[in-house]
Amino acid sequence: MERREERVAYLFLLPWLIGLVVFIIGPVIASLLISLTDWNLLTPPNWVGLKNYEKMFSDRDFYNSLRVTFRFVIMSLPVYTVVSLSLALLLNQRIRGMYFFRTVLFMPSVIAGTAVAVLWSILLNPDVGVVNQVLGSIGIAHPPRWLASRDWAIPAVILMGLWGVGGGVIIYLAGLQNIPPHLYEAATIDGANSSQKLRFVTLPMLTPSIFFQLITGLVGAFQVFDVAYVLAGRGGTRASALQFYLLNVYEEGFQNGRFGYASALSWVLVVIATVVILITFRTSERWVYYESEEDKA
Amino acid sequence: MHSSPSLNQSQNTALRRLHDDIIPRARKLLRLLVLYATLIALCGFVLLPVSWMLTAALKPDSVPFFTIPPQWFPSEHFEWRNFETALLDPVRPFLRFTLNTLIIFGGNVVGTIFSCTLVAYAFARLRFRGSGFLFNVLIVTMLIPWQSQMIPQFLLFLELGWYGTYLPLIVPSFAGNAFFIFLIRQYMRTFPRDLDEAAKIDGCSYFGIFRFIILPLCRPVLAVVVVFMFLSSWGDLLGPLIYLNNTDQFTIAIGLANFATRYSPNTNLLMAANLVMMIPPILVFFFAQEQLIGGIASVGLKG
Repeated sequence: MERREERVAYLFLLPWLIGLVVFIIGPVIASLLISLTDWNLLTPPNWVGLKNYEKMFSDRDFYNSLRVTFRFVIMSLPVYTVVSLSLALLLNQRIRGMYFFRTVLFMPSVIAGTAVAVLWSILLNPDVGVVNQVLGSIGIAHPPRWLASRDWAIPAVILMGLWGVGGGVIIYLAGLQNIPPHLYEAATIDGANSSQKLRFVTLPMLTPSIFFQLITGLVGAFQVFDVAYVLAGRGGTRASALQFYLLNVYEEGFQNGRFGYASALSWVLVVIATVVILITFRTSERWVYYESEEDKA
Repeated sequence: MHSSPSLNQSQNTALRRLHDDIIPRARKLLRLLVLYATLIALCGFVLLPVSWMLTAALKPDSVPFFTIPPQWFPSEHFEWRNFETALLDPVRPFLRFTLNTLIIFGGNVVGTIFSCTLVAYAFARLRFRGSGFLFNVLIVTMLIPWQSQMIPQFLLFLELGWYGTYLPLIVPSFAGNAFFIFLIRQYMRTFPRDLDEAAKIDGCSYFGIFRFIILPLCRPVLAVVVVFMFLSSWGDLLGPLIYLNNTDQFTIAIGLANFATRYSPNTNLLMAANLVMMIPPILVFFFAQEQLIGGIASVGLKG
C-alpha cells in the first residue's frame, strides 16, 4: 500500500521532475560550460577557459551596467519600501470610499512594464512633457531633464515604478490586517500615543512583510529588462544611463551573438545577486520579528 | 444677586464642551480632510496620466501632440480612427499581436494547469520518501534567476528547430512552474484528510481522487493562477523577443517596444497602441480584483 502511494506520487511529480532536469539543472550546468567557450553559433565553439571572465575586467559596458544596476538597487529599494508602507498605512484607514481609492491605486500595478515605460517616456519629455509642465506651474523653474539626463534617468525609472507600487502595498495591507488587535489595546492601556504604536507595534509586526518585499524587490531589481529595453533602445545618453545588467547580457548574447561571453556575464550576475540576497537573509535575524519565535524562547 | 457663579458655570460648560466635543470633532474633521485630500491627489497621480494618454491618442495627426498647458481630458478631438489604424496597420497590426499573445497565454494555461495541479497534489496529499527534500528543491528553484538558464535554453530550442515558433514559449509550462505549484499546494493542504481516506475506501484510485475530488475544489486557487498567468504572458517581453523573428508572430509587448524604439513613431498612434496594451490587464484587474489581491496577499503572508 505504502509503496504504491510512493510510486504514484513520483508519477504525479514526473512533469516537474523532467522539467527540473531539462529546463533548470541541465541549463544551469550547460551555461557554466558555455561560459568557458567562445560559442557564437557561426563557428564551432572553442574552449577558452576563464578568458570570458578575464575580459570583463576591461569591458566598459560590464562596469557601466553593473553601476547602473547597483544605483537602481540602492536608490529604488528604500524609496519603494517607504512609499508602499506609507501607502498601506493610509489605505488601512477605515473611512468611507476606501474601496474605491484602493481599486484606483492598485490598478497600475497590473500594467505591463513595457506599456508603463512607453507612457512615462512621453510624460517625462524634458521640454514639453506633462510632468515638467506641472512642475513648472508649481514654481520649479528648472525641472530635471529626466531621461535625457545622466543623473535623472534612474530616478525617472523609479518614478515609473512608483506608479505601479500597489502590488507591494497589497502585501503590507495583508500584513497590517494580520496584526492582532489586542496588541494595540495593550499599547493603549500602557498610554502609548499613535506614533508610539506605529513605532513599537505596527513596524515590528510588519518586519516579516518588509523582509519578504525586500527579497522580492532585490530579485526584481537585478532583473530589470522591459523598461531598460524600451527606454535605452534608441541609443544616446539613455543607452548608457539605463544600460541595466540584463539588457547588456541580452545585447551581448542575442544581438552580438557572443553566447559564451553572455553566459559568463549571467553567471557573474547570479553570483552577485546570490551574495546580496544571502547577506540580506543574514541581517534578517537581527531585525525581522517572527511571532512564533517568541514562543520557542 | 451676583451673576458671576452662573456666568462662571456657563463659561465652564462652554469650555468643557469646547474641550470634550468641539476640539476632538474639529480634529477628526481635519484629519479626514487631510486623508481625503491625500487620497484624491494620489488618484490624480494614477488617473491623470491615463486620461492624458487617451486625449493624446484621440488627436488627429494634424494637431500638435504636446500642448501648453496640457490637455488632461478628451474634449476637442475624437479621432477614434487612430485605434483602428493602430489595430490594423499592416506594418504593426496590433490586433494580430493581441491574438498572438492570447495564443501563447492559452497554451500556457493548458500547460500550467495540467502540470502544476498534478505536482501540487503529490506534494500536498501524498506521502513518499524524499518529499521534504524535493519540496526544498522546488523552493530553491524559485530563487534561481532565470538568466542563468536563458542562454542554454535558447540554444536547446534552437537545436530542436523551435526558434521562430511559439513552442519555446509554451512547452516549458507543461513542466510546471515552481511558484504556481507552491500556491496550489498550499491551497490543497487546507482540505481535510478524511476526504481522500473516504474516497480510497470507496475504491477510488489516486488519480480518481485527484481528478474528481481535489481538482474541483481547487477552482478558486486556479482562478488566481490564471489571472497571474495572464498578466505575466501579456507583459512578457524578453521571452518573445528572444524566440520570435517574424512580425506576424510578434506579441503585443514586442510590437509596442518596437513601435516605441525603432521607428520615429506617430505619437498619437503610439498612445493608442499603448492603450490597447493597457486596457486588457485593467479589465482583468477590475473583474478579478478579489482573486488578485487575495493571491498576492496570501503569498506575502506565507513568504
